Amino acid sequence: MAESLIDIVGVHKSFGPQEVLRGIDLSITPGESIVIIGQSGCGKSVLLKHLIRLIEPDEGTVRFDGQDIAGFKGRELAEFRRRFGMLFQSAALFDSMTVEENVGIGLVEAHRHTHEEVAQIVEQCLEVVGLSHARQKYPSELSGGMRKRVGMARAIAGEPGVLLYDEPTTGLDPITSDMINDLIVTLNEKLHVTSVAVTHDMKSAFKIADRIVMLYQGKVQIDGSPQQIKETDDPVVRQFIAGSSVGPIQVG
Amino acid sequence: MESGLAILGRRGVEFITKLGGIFLLLGRFIVSLKDLFRSFRLFVNQVYLLGVQSLPVIVIIAIFVGAVAAWQAAYQFKFIGAPLRYLGQAVGKAVVIELAPVLSAIVFAGRVGAGVTAELGTMRVTEQIDALESMGINPVRYLVMPRVLACVLMVPFLVVFANFIAVIGGLIVSVIGVDVSVEMFMNGFKSSFKMGDFINGLIKAAVFGLTIGVVGCYEGFNTNGGAQGVGRATTTSVVISTVMILILNFIFAVILFRI
Repeated sequence: MAESLIDIVGVHKSFGPQEVLRGIDLSITPGESIVIIGQSGCGKSVLLKHLIRLIEPDEGTVRFDGQDIAGFKGRELAEFRRRFGMLFQSAALFDSMTVEENVGIGLVEAHRHTHEEVAQIVEQCLEVVGLSHARQKYPSELSGGMRKRVGMARAIAGEPGVLLYDEPTTGLDPITSDMINDLIVTLNEKLHVTSVAVTHDMKSAFKIADRIVMLYQGKVQIDGSPQQIKETDDPVVRQFIAGSSVGPIQVG
Repeated sequence: MESGLAILGRRGVEFITKLGGIFLLLGRFIVSLKDLFRSFRLFVNQVYLLGVQSLPVIVIIAIFVGAVAAWQAAYQFKFIGAPLRYLGQAVGKAVVIELAPVLSAIVFAGRVGAGVTAELGTMRVTEQIDALESMGINPVRYLVMPRVLACVLMVPFLVVFANFIAVIGGLIVSVIGVDVSVEMFMNGFKSSFKMGDFINGLIKAAVFGLTIGVVGCYEGFNTNGGAQGVGRATTTSVVISTVMILILNFIFAVILFRI
């Protein structure tokens, strides 16, 4: 078995009285495309944010390349985070900036490239997501799907080794969702990155995943290939895949 | 049902947590000043947005503050039979020592403090601050430092204008409404003007600016709960800033103006 890139060990996280993660153990190997599924509010996005320390665990550790990320400080933390690219649920574009400024901000602030190089990289990233024509637009002038694509261009601009997708298709129509899924598959293949996506969209999960992990009641319910997930007898997983309101999962 | 003592205890813990958070952010702001050069463009932008764009409202406020100070002083002079040649002195002292710094700071807290909290609060709930962090950009350096530094420098800048405009407002009312000559008003003003008072007013203004900036950013950064949360944070920011301005002003009065 390949050595893991990211190790999540015994992670617990509560917000006030609400215990969201109750001991998550998960290893992610380089180059794989892993999809974390589960009901809304089950802690998928919280787990994803633990990977780049946007949220810190109450208990347990997250290790990247064998190093506990809780030990990173200042520049080291910034350098660590630059190895990731993240697409946020609502794209999280900066309202006051144009599309090209949004895509280039990470590069500009890292001070590693000249203005010309930044402009060139931004152009290439926008080309990959098919939005070269929208360079000068502001986020308020874009549709939901376009915003997500700009978010993806921003995520890949720093040439990260790991891409994180938080609900990449939520709120999009089925055709745009499929286009985003195709884009994720293309990026994973082209850039040879490790990718971790969080979704409750099963069509999206089966399309982009090498491996699917389901969270239920703050723990890992199942961890396997898409085929294993499809064929499992676990009633919780079966109910979730079928999208049925009848079964062990109670909607609160 | 929570008992009164439990509520008091919970509120006490919340208050101390908030105060600790504000001082922690103040510390992080001071540390981030070493990166001023990297954020200079952002700082200049905030100087324009927070400071220069506040000038019109400060000018309007100052005119009427000076005007009402002159009118009320004249009314009191008439009541106690004091000579009107001291009107310029009374207006000048009141404006330079108290009215211009405190009222400018309160207006600034309402305009800029609220704006900063609403902006950063919206960025927080729409994950824009998370996005900055995910790209290795320190949000204190990128968002807090330019805003707080602009507040520290621009409140004194606005107070200089407010002093000047308020004295003119007082002069106009004195000449038109109270029948005091320009010369008499200005002689009274000049006889009592002390550079020390003026400087003390600017020092106070800078501390008020620091308070407004740090509280505004702290509340924005700690916003949660969507649009309602942004509204709540904005209100809290203005209330805390205003109360702190008045408390700090009293402390300054006791320290700087010994009886």
